[in-house]
Amino acid sequence: MEILFLLIPLSVVLVLLILIGLWWAIDKGQFEQLEGEGERILRHE
Amino acid sequence: MNSITENTYSDTVVRQFTLMTVVWGVVGMLVGLIIAAQLAWPELNFGISWLSYGRLRPLHTNAVIFAFGGCALFATSYYVVQRTGQTRLFAPRLAAFTFWGWQAVILAAAISLPLGYTSGKEYAELEWPIDILITLVWVSYAIVFFGTIVKRKVSHIYVANWFYGAFILTVAVLHLVNSAAMPAGWMKSYSAYAGVQDAMVQWWYGHNAVGFFLTAGFLGMMYYFIPKQAERPVYSYRLSIVHFWALIFTYMWAGPHHLHYTALPDWTQSLGMVFSLILLAPSWGGMINGIMTLSGAWHKLRDDPVLRFMIVSLSFYGMSTFEGPMMSIKTVNALSHYTDWTVGHVHSGALGWVGLVSMGAVYFLVPRLFGEKKMHSVPAIELHFWTATIGIVLYISAMWIAGVMQGLMWRSINEDGTLTYTFVESVKATYPYYVVRVVGGALYFFGMLVMLWNVMMTAVKGKVIAIPVPAVVVHA
Repeated sequence: MEILFLLIPLSVVLVLLILIGLWWAIDKGQFEQLEGEGERILRHE
Repeated sequence: MNSITENTYSDTVVRQFTLMTVVWGVVGMLVGLIIAAQLAWPELNFGISWLSYGRLRPLHTNAVIFAFGGCALFATSYYVVQRTGQTRLFAPRLAAFTFWGWQAVILAAAISLPLGYTSGKEYAELEWPIDILITLVWVSYAIVFFGTIVKRKVSHIYVANWFYGAFILTVAVLHLVNSAAMPAGWMKSYSAYAGVQDAMVQWWYGHNAVGFFLTAGFLGMMYYFIPKQAERPVYSYRLSIVHFWALIFTYMWAGPHHLHYTALPDWTQSLGMVFSLILLAPSWGGMINGIMTLSGAWHKLRDDPVLRFMIVSLSFYGMSTFEGPMMSIKTVNALSHYTDWTVGHVHSGALGWVGLVSMGAVYFLVPRLFGEKKMHSVPAIELHFWTATIGIVLYISAMWIAGVMQGLMWRSINEDGTLTYTFVESVKATYPYYVVRVVGGALYFFGMLVMLWNVMMTAVKGKVIAIPVPAVVVHA
């Protein structure tokens, strides 16, 4: 099952990328004020 | 900034992809109907190799997943990312390339598959030159989508965009890894992997394509179009964000459940089963969140057939994301694998979830894209809804019964240890269910024809107008 030496490291890399995405979003304050974000799409566009 | 084009949304590409969603839906479902009939009446192969089941089946799957589903995802993601970011598309010319490039991929598939060119990988049958074109289109898609995210005027990124973004990035990785091959001529190649290694890569790709192409992308659609159509915010915006991160963190390892009781190591099979079971939680969280958006406004379901498409699609999403984990349990899989139960499961997800939510989104988009108040005929939407729903129910219940029956017949053993039934006896017993499936498929296809007529009438009656980007309201 040599293929797992490709697929498992690939999954680890992907999880790290997802974590970076999550950290970026938290750091940028994407989830600071969620009240009203659900309604916004109904108002302006 | 002050030019007219900079102040209007880039909707041409959205309009093109929306119309082609309907056209390819009709084509792909017609091919599906033909092969369903071939299974009941094999004479319909007509002895012509181009029309044989083995060649038309990949044409059907490619047409409905990548042509119908793909165009729906391109159209809605381009629409949603502009509206929620209150900005035009980044690189509109590149967006136009994604449209023409994607149509070229579909055309190449429609020609090469009946001619018998295939790499033999399920849901990735196209040969290497077409794979390269797919890669070019997909990289352009990512540039347009993420470029638009970067130039957005609203600082918060609406949750639907996270789902679309994850879908675009993951499909790129899946395509590159699974399609790695050594060319041996213009339309012939050999996979970079062999034997069980190839099977593992194939189903790592195959199930993640279900998870990211057919689930994450369409969840993005769900999180935008259900609130818009219901004119209510999603039930819990917080839950939608938890749904996203939970889903993408846990999805990647469900693939091995396609290879239960094969040469794949036992622990890998069990790992696939465990991850599949875990997926029930985020899936149902999202399903409940979508449906509860109507909390306190259930009466809208009575009057609005478009909303009904969307909410019923979520019920099928809930059903198939319960059924899927259950079928991944090895003891259940011992009965269900290789039977028509699997086909029924796939179609409850495909016709029920992916199909209905896309149709709902198209019915939302078409009047807006052609400057009309509503679709040409609302009763026709109503008719489409009922023919589609009854068609799905006939299809999946026929396949459930057929599948469980086949599983039981294949495992039935006489006292002396010999098999009770030959294989062909199970085929014969399945015949009436194959006929019921043709009826269900025909109803679903008929609904799609009604939709084509309705969309064309709306488009002809309406006129193409540029929609201005509203001024951004500054918030704290």
